[in-house]
Amino acid sequence: MRFLTPDEIEALLLSLKIASVAVAVAMPFAVATALLLARSFPGKTLLDGIVQLPLVLPPVAMGFLLLVIFGTRGGLGGFLKDHFGIVLVFRWTGAVLASAIFTFPFQVRSIRLALEARDNGLDEAARTLGAGWLDRLINVTLPLALPGLVAGAITAFAGALGEFGAIITFVSNIPGETRTLPLAIYTALQTPGGEAQAARLSALSIILAFLFLLGAQTIMRHTTEKTGR
Amino acid sequence: MSAEVAIHHAYGNFTLDVAFTAASGGVTALFGPSGAGKTSIVHALAGLMRPTEGRIVLEGRTVLDTKAGLFVPPEKRRIGLVFQDARLFPHMSVEKNLLFGWRRSPARATPDEIARTVSLLGLEKLLARAPKNLSGGEKSRVALGRALLASPDILLLDEPLASLDAARRAEILPWLERLRDIARIPIFYVSHSLDEVARLADRVVLLDGGRVTAEGSVFDLLAGLGAEKPLGAVLEARAADMQDGLQTLLFDGGRLMVTDMHAPGRRVRVRIGADDILIAREAPRGISANNILPVTISSVRLDGPRAEVEMHCGRARLVARVTAASVSRLGLAPDAAAFAVIKAVIVEGG
Repeated sequence: MRFLTPDEIEALLLSLKIASVAVAVAMPFAVATALLLARSFPGKTLLDGIVQLPLVLPPVAMGFLLLVIFGTRGGLGGFLKDHFGIVLVFRWTGAVLASAIFTFPFQVRSIRLALEARDNGLDEAARTLGAGWLDRLINVTLPLALPGLVAGAITAFAGALGEFGAIITFVSNIPGETRTLPLAIYTALQTPGGEAQAARLSALSIILAFLFLLGAQTIMRHTTEKTGR
Repeated sequence: MSAEVAIHHAYGNFTLDVAFTAASGGVTALFGPSGAGKTSIVHALAGLMRPTEGRIVLEGRTVLDTKAGLFVPPEKRRIGLVFQDARLFPHMSVEKNLLFGWRRSPARATPDEIARTVSLLGLEKLLARAPKNLSGGEKSRVALGRALLASPDILLLDEPLASLDAARRAEILPWLERLRDIARIPIFYVSHSLDEVARLADRVVLLDGGRVTAEGSVFDLLAGLGAEKPLGAVLEARAADMQDGLQTLLFDGGRLMVTDMHAPGRRVRVRIGADDILIAREAPRGISANNILPVTISSVRLDGPRAEVEMHCGRARLVARVTAASVSRLGLAPDAAAFAVIKAVIVEGG
């Protein structure tokens, strides 16, 4: 591929890796949160607020907060390092954490909408046919909420690809480790004569975003047909 | 007793307060107008609704006893419930829908039994289809099969035909009859349709305003025994020969001529509405009615300007709604002989 330099390809692959791992890691939690939010319980408004918080939180402030918490000299970060050997700061796994937190609301929102639109009658039918709670969740509820799951995952993935502030504050801008596409664009702009590279990477980002949008629509149409809705 | 039900439940300004028992085997109809509490009873039986007070014993298993704090959840009750709207899983094929309950049943049907149920309901050609590609009648049949294949202890049919048009209903009824004739488990059939009840039920629990107003055999109850308003008589008859476009039906007490054709020997049920009978003291002559039966009056019940006259013809019971004026003019009284002129006979199939 002559269009991209090895450094740029590295940044692209790293972005894809971080975004997909972030979506995959956050998904079970998003499903659990959405299931909780789809019913009524005391404190629902509070939980809803907390889940939505990343949407309005300044990413740089969030990144700083993560740095304080997960820094190896910080409370939780030190504990994780000493007992499990897990280090998040200045690692790509830290970027995954930051991306997962910031795209969590997208996943929860989409899954929750799908769950709230579900037909409760099918759940009742499954119960009378002998299916317990987990059984119904796996075989009825989630398959029927699949369009919502897919839509949420794609939106979150696209959002994760663009995450900048939290990543650069929390895990810095290390080539091959935490320098994702947006950070690579920023770096190029900081380099004298890097405008052409920044333009190429920006174009790449835009094309990527557009492809995901198209892909999302296709997948949505397919799953919608399959579930007969 | 296969089912003992006592439920007390209040919600909003509606109070459900019912108690009844249903004998083993056969079809018990829960019959009443909309809002009588039929669906609430079904939900309580299935465990989808938890009554404030009550006790339900199904086939010797207590599934609800609020005094003892016992509530068996629906997934453990082994009740086959067929909903009004079928409720097939849209993301599964017909075959997967059919086997959903089977997979989870502690007493799985054998492949032979599965094949029998599939052919009983005529589902062989539908197995690979998606529910959205089925007609309303086909959906009902699949829902019925799905419930049966879970090997339930009791089958609950909650107005399974209510969402279908007349043609579809006529298509499903014979399947239900076959089911009734071969099923060894008690069936509760919820309906507000007199036709369906007269055709399928053995016993009837009449409901109105959240209460049981009467309960008994379909033959007694629809003729008004124990019920407040007679709906008509139901007779069992056997098809005999055909002549001049009319078929003779033999019943215990005489014969009826009808225009519906059935293979000779076939058992059918006929219903004669209380408003479709005229009473004469002398044998009428020169009359268009094909069916005139000699009867003996068994009782007369006056109700303002109206009267309900119960009669028997052999062992068959008939009931007619006439005016009080006619009763006194004709001198209708118990043990008086009379003729029942039948204007219309509804053959319900067999």
